[in-house]
Amino acid sequence: MKIKRFGVVAIALAAAGALTLSGCTSGDASSSAGAGDSSAVVTTNGSEPQNPLVPTNTNETGGGKILDAIFAGLIYYDASGAPVNDVAESIETDDAQNYTIKLKADQKFSNGEPVTASSFVDAWNYGALLSNEQLSSYFFESIEGFSYDEDSELTGLEVVDDTTFTVKLKQPESDFPLRLGYSAFYPLPESAFEDMEAFGENPVGNGPYMLDGEGAWKHNEKIDLVVNPDYDGPRKAANGGLDIVFYATQEAAYADLQGGNLDVLDAIPDGALSTFQDEFGDRSVTQAAAIFQSFTVPDRLAHFGGEEGKLRRAAISKAINREEITDVIFSGTRTPAHDFTSPVIDGYSEDIPGSEVLDFDADEAKKLWAEADAISPWDGTFQIAYNADGGHQAWVDAVANQLKNNLGIDASGAPYPTFAEVRTAITDRTIQTAFRTGWQADYPALFNFLGPIYATGAGSNDGDYSNPEFDALLKEGLALTDLDAANEKFQQAQEILFKDLPAIPLWYSTVNGAWSESVDNVEFGWNSVPLYYQVTKSE
Amino acid sequence: MAGYIVRRLLQAIPVLLGTTFLIYYMVFAMPGDPIVALFGDKTPPPQVLDQLRERYHLDQPFIVQYLIFLGNIFRGDLGTSFSGQPVSEILATTFPVTLRLAVIAVFFEMVFGISVGLISGLRKGGIFDASALVVSLILISLPIFVVAFVAQYIFGIQLGWFRTTVGPGAPTQDLILPALVLATISFAQIVRLTRASVIDTDTQDFVRTAASKGLSRTRIVPVHILRNSLIPVVTYLAVDFGVLMVGATVTEGIFNVPGVGRTLYQAIIRGEGPTVVSFVTVMVLIYLVVNLLVDLLYAVLDPRIRYAK
Repeated sequence: MKIKRFGVVAIALAAAGALTLSGCTSGDASSSAGAGDSSAVVTTNGSEPQNPLVPTNTNETGGGKILDAIFAGLIYYDASGAPVNDVAESIETDDAQNYTIKLKADQKFSNGEPVTASSFVDAWNYGALLSNEQLSSYFFESIEGFSYDEDSELTGLEVVDDTTFTVKLKQPESDFPLRLGYSAFYPLPESAFEDMEAFGENPVGNGPYMLDGEGAWKHNEKIDLVVNPDYDGPRKAANGGLDIVFYATQEAAYADLQGGNLDVLDAIPDGALSTFQDEFGDRSVTQAAAIFQSFTVPDRLAHFGGEEGKLRRAAISKAINREEITDVIFSGTRTPAHDFTSPVIDGYSEDIPGSEVLDFDADEAKKLWAEADAISPWDGTFQIAYNADGGHQAWVDAVANQLKNNLGIDASGAPYPTFAEVRTAITDRTIQTAFRTGWQADYPALFNFLGPIYATGAGSNDGDYSNPEFDALLKEGLALTDLDAANEKFQQAQEILFKDLPAIPLWYSTVNGAWSESVDNVEFGWNSVPLYYQVTKSE
Repeated sequence: MAGYIVRRLLQAIPVLLGTTFLIYYMVFAMPGDPIVALFGDKTPPPQVLDQLRERYHLDQPFIVQYLIFLGNIFRGDLGTSFSGQPVSEILATTFPVTLRLAVIAVFFEMVFGISVGLISGLRKGGIFDASALVVSLILISLPIFVVAFVAQYIFGIQLGWFRTTVGPGAPTQDLILPALVLATISFAQIVRLTRASVIDTDTQDFVRTAASKGLSRTRIVPVHILRNSLIPVVTYLAVDFGVLMVGATVTEGIFNVPGVGRTLYQAIIRGEGPTVVSFVTVMVLIYLVVNLLVDLLYAVLDPRIRYAK
């Protein structure tokens, strides 16, 4: 996952900017495409990486953006989120558990070292080793040999020859190949392991760009990337380099775009959301993001267990007028949710049976609530916990008001001062109310929105949801190597979620961006980051 | 004098210890686990959390954490940020930027504030005095971020006279606009202070004596009136300089100045305890030194003031 933390407002993922899907424009190549000067350097906004630039230790957008530019993984995701081979020649499996990965020949790191099967295997082993304390170590948990309790080698990885290695997973997981474009799976040159600290300061990759010499990372200011002449893959840079300027506030970045000091901006400050489209016209984009927002009502809360809980959750879901909140509170910068994933993900459907529970219907809501009252009468206040530093108060209050009016119960928000505080209470299960939850996909796959959150015992299953039927469907889906067939299983699994509502879906975020007159071919990827390598710049 | 300085420096030690202890305690007492927050909305396995807590000594009791911190400080080790950069290095890159910004801002305050205040004081009750009063009132009542955004929009985006934000390496010409914005807050205070002081001095006996001796007004104003009126103003400027040195968070954020204020703000947002405490420690130190210099400056400007041996 890439955590986005841009100033106070965006401490929570939810604060990523958003607009309606209907206003969706894709940053399509205009007629002057290709007229750009291939030596002009594109400038864009970023934020100071929160960790050293080591692929397995970066889990936020500031560092992720840089790593994606200077490294090439086995695959990358094109604008639609579809996987395309980058360093990989082929990734094959018969049973979704054993994979044979072949690399393209003669690939090099920017220091001249060859990219071999060991570059991947060693990097993954480094990332997975407990004592290396890598933030993204959990990405390797399904590979055989992985352990959270002790240092252990990933025995499921085996180097066959220089350009071939095999992967054995603990269980079949058909979406494993889809994950391989995530930064945690990037290769590392041998020189990295000699001194990882120094490497994190001056990383050497195999991607379309490379650092502009030692010390190109000017902390808190910017990082300068130049084109890597050795990169010979599908993401070859169409410009002369990339300067990522670090901003502490979105406002400063936006002012620089207006003032002509910035070429591409991937976040519009709240204050400019209503005007930026008029100002930049076809040089702006509003596009769905792989971010899902919800709130979770755990089973263990009084009145929310068993059949009674199911009825109450459905009543709450039907009592919320999502359309009204996304219009009034977010002025159209969120889209009402129709499922538990995101519209940018392959396999998404807004007509999954059972999704009617997300449609506003006050009468039906009252009826369901009354049915639950028949089992055990409601008392007390319904509360939704949120972090007050993330700009959530407005929508939480709106939801609480709708519940008050439509269900006739006492409802309110329960603010926690900081993000850290509310997450701590959620993680150690001391929280005694419903709470805000959100998910930003690590890789474009339906499973990524379902397995890590709602599977029994899953890491981010903050509501301790458990349904064997749901688990079984996920497992079946993961065992299918045909993606469409697998997605069908995942959609069936969602039907169960609509009945149980382990989290109450609210809306999807969208990304807003704009760019200057001097650049062309600006397109935003599935993960809301512009595809910098294809941007052309005139002058 | 020397004895006085030594005594003041010795007094700084308990102040430093006390402030670092308080700050460290406050960071420690902040509710919520920064390690959990590192993972955003996702929940990592507990073993991973434990490992990370151990690395940052967060599994130790408060007093142990504080002593480890203090021990490191004495060995000159200010710790490293989450991104692996030594805090001392961050200090070394951010303070010079903030220092330049503060110097330029104080320069503007001085030039504009003192000249306007002097003229106002000499022409008390005139048109100039009245308009200066109104303008300074407006500036005092405007929040700094309003001034900053308006200045950025008009001079940066519309007129294009200045770069909208501070460019790489923080070149001095880019710092002029943020410095002017910073200067507006204190400008008004300095005008008022100078004006009052000038009016007061103007009625002093020695000014009348000078005039009756036949000295020209052009000599009396700079030498007799201005010089004697400057004592409170200089004090104020020095204190203001100290304030600016410890960072102008809002202005630095708006103009993206890679200085102390912006960096500290980010560290707080990210819950980087060691960075926050080290920064604040250095800030306290700077503030103490500036205050000492101000006190010494009194004696230089006004020979009547003597410090106890």
